[in-house]
Amino acid sequence: MSLPDDTTPPEAANMIVARDVDVHYDDKQALFGVSLDVVGGNVTALIGPSGCGKSTFLRCLNRMNDVIEGCRVSGRIEIEGEDIYDRSLDVVQLRARVGMVFQKPNPFPKSIYDNIAYGPRIHGLAASRGELDEIVERSLVRAGLWDEAKDRLRQPGTSLSGGQQQRLCIARAIAVDPQVVLMDEPCSALDPIATARIEELIDELRQNYTILIVTHSMQQAARVSQRTAFFHLGYLVEVGTTEQIFTNPHDSRTQDYITGRFG
Amino acid sequence: MTETTAPSRPAPRAKRSGRLARRYAAERRFRAYGIAAIALSITFLLLLFGSILNQAWSALQQTRIGLDIHFDAALLDPDGTRDPAILAKADYGALVKKAWRERFPEVRKRRDKRALRRLLSVGAPYELAAMASADPGLIGTTQRVWLTASDDVDMWLKGKLAEGGGKRAKIGAKALGWLTMLRDEGRLERQFNSAFFTAGDSREPELAGVWGAVAGSFFTLVVCLGLAFPFGVMTAVYLQEFAPRNRWTDLIEVNTNNLAAVPSIVFGLLGLAVLLNFAGLPRSAPLVGGIVLALMTLPTIIIAGRAALQAVPPSIREAALGVGASEMQVVLHHVLPLAMPGILTGTILGAARALGETAPLLMIGMVAFIVDIPADFTDPATALPVQIYLWADAPERAFAERTAAAILVLLGFLVCMNLAAVMLRRAFEQRW
Repeated sequence: MSLPDDTTPPEAANMIVARDVDVHYDDKQALFGVSLDVVGGNVTALIGPSGCGKSTFLRCLNRMNDVIEGCRVSGRIEIEGEDIYDRSLDVVQLRARVGMVFQKPNPFPKSIYDNIAYGPRIHGLAASRGELDEIVERSLVRAGLWDEAKDRLRQPGTSLSGGQQQRLCIARAIAVDPQVVLMDEPCSALDPIATARIEELIDELRQNYTILIVTHSMQQAARVSQRTAFFHLGYLVEVGTTEQIFTNPHDSRTQDYITGRFG
Repeated sequence: MTETTAPSRPAPRAKRSGRLARRYAAERRFRAYGIAAIALSITFLLLLFGSILNQAWSALQQTRIGLDIHFDAALLDPDGTRDPAILAKADYGALVKKAWRERFPEVRKRRDKRALRRLLSVGAPYELAAMASADPGLIGTTQRVWLTASDDVDMWLKGKLAEGGGKRAKIGAKALGWLTMLRDEGRLERQFNSAFFTAGDSREPELAGVWGAVAGSFFTLVVCLGLAFPFGVMTAVYLQEFAPRNRWTDLIEVNTNNLAAVPSIVFGLLGLAVLLNFAGLPRSAPLVGGIVLALMTLPTIIIAGRAALQAVPPSIREAALGVGASEMQVVLHHVLPLAMPGILTGTILGAARALGETAPLLMIGMVAFIVDIPADFTDPATALPVQIYLWADAPERAFAERTAAAILVLLGFLVCMNLAAVMLRRAFEQRW
């Protein structure tokens, strides 16, 4: 259902290619033939009213829907040309390549250090204690949490404030060095100051990672993303550069949504 | 409700305040009911503990009679070898007889002599034997030795035996006279009853102890937990985390819940039919008792385990899956450690119930009279609640206080286990 998108870059630059993705929860269909190309090294914002399927689509990209009982995904999703619903694909490896940050900060009830070291440990990314320390430091630095956390690495991750916890979760996601980071309304539980920090962080992370962010705040989408996709009732209505979507949407529904006439 | 739907005509102020007063009164009444219920249960609890304690405290002391025993070398060890085998076989009863003769030379008649000897426990010569074996240096010397008195003397001194003459009196008039003399000489004393805590069962109340039953309960409980905990946790983890939701798992769930409510004697019959008669396992053994109690505890652990696993927030699972943990890693690294306090609490509560269980043990023969203290899982043994049951049935007056004391020991164990449950919970929670 995607409309012609005149800004679609050449196929080679597309990090993620989704074609005709349908998702059913038992009898209820949540996504209808979504085809979307995600450009690498960009921030793509997924916007739309509640229940429009944007989170569902996001969770298709690292197959988090697998663990939901009764959820069926059909269609084709490729990341760097590899079909991620292929039988031979290892879902654990996929999730190491496609990290995820959730709506509510959900640090493990362990120390800050262990929160970040957990991913590298289970994937065997560090050969020695020193390397692990390095990964932890690098991830915290990238997530902009190092200065606040370096003296309290042994304290539980849950002792941090909400915004810090969310940055800890971002650090945890990038510690396994993914290519794509999925963010499911990462700022919805945070105050404006913490939100601003996360947005800054997203802008910096764009250098190294392809980022998809689901957000309810259109201002946020406009601030952090280069490309925006608008979902409505399970359909992908329109996708394009953020500037084009917000200034000159092709579809009247997009127009209505961004001007606040519904949703 | 009608008030709000009525077209904008609020009730008069007076009427409303009356309703408010009634509402507060109802609230106060509700609280009062709760406090009354708590007060009532505490009263009953205190009554129960009070009556048990009142009965039990005197069992902590045992009457002993001080006799001047001459460890006669010619009688015990004629050859002077100090060989333990010879010392163990010597006639210590003769030493006791001689000591009585020296103290009460006026007692001549055979019947009176026997009555005199009956003041002491039948275990008294064995006490002397143990002393001589432990310290052969005693031989040839004369010592004031405190020997265990018989249960009737014990009861008399504790004032639990009605004094009086007649043929049916436990202690005859003459014996009373001797006892009074001994007491006036300071040869009759109540001392700490160590036998109660170190000995096995006995027909003689003054020699009976709970240690055999405690050891039996311990071995039974080790088997019970050793089987029920791993099986229960594995079952709970599989059913809760991995099994698909379908008709079969529903069936299993219904059956688990049913099993938790099956009367314990049924498990005992199962143990009798399958473990003893079919599999040929030894009768009265803690091994069999443990297996039966494990079957009984298993549903409790499974249900508690599943509830604890279910209570782990899904966000933790998502977080772990999100960084690429496999399903098993999610369970082992995150879900299970978080659920552990709940699982442990359920397990210990189940084990506490198993510890107090009598009926299934009766069916598999752990109700036998067993004097020896069990040393391993296949030795014949009895358990604390069964011991209480046996003593409660015994006719001797002195068993009454020992029954109460054994109940206290059992209650003490239960309190310790529940404390352990609380502490384990704390310990695991602090780790996170």
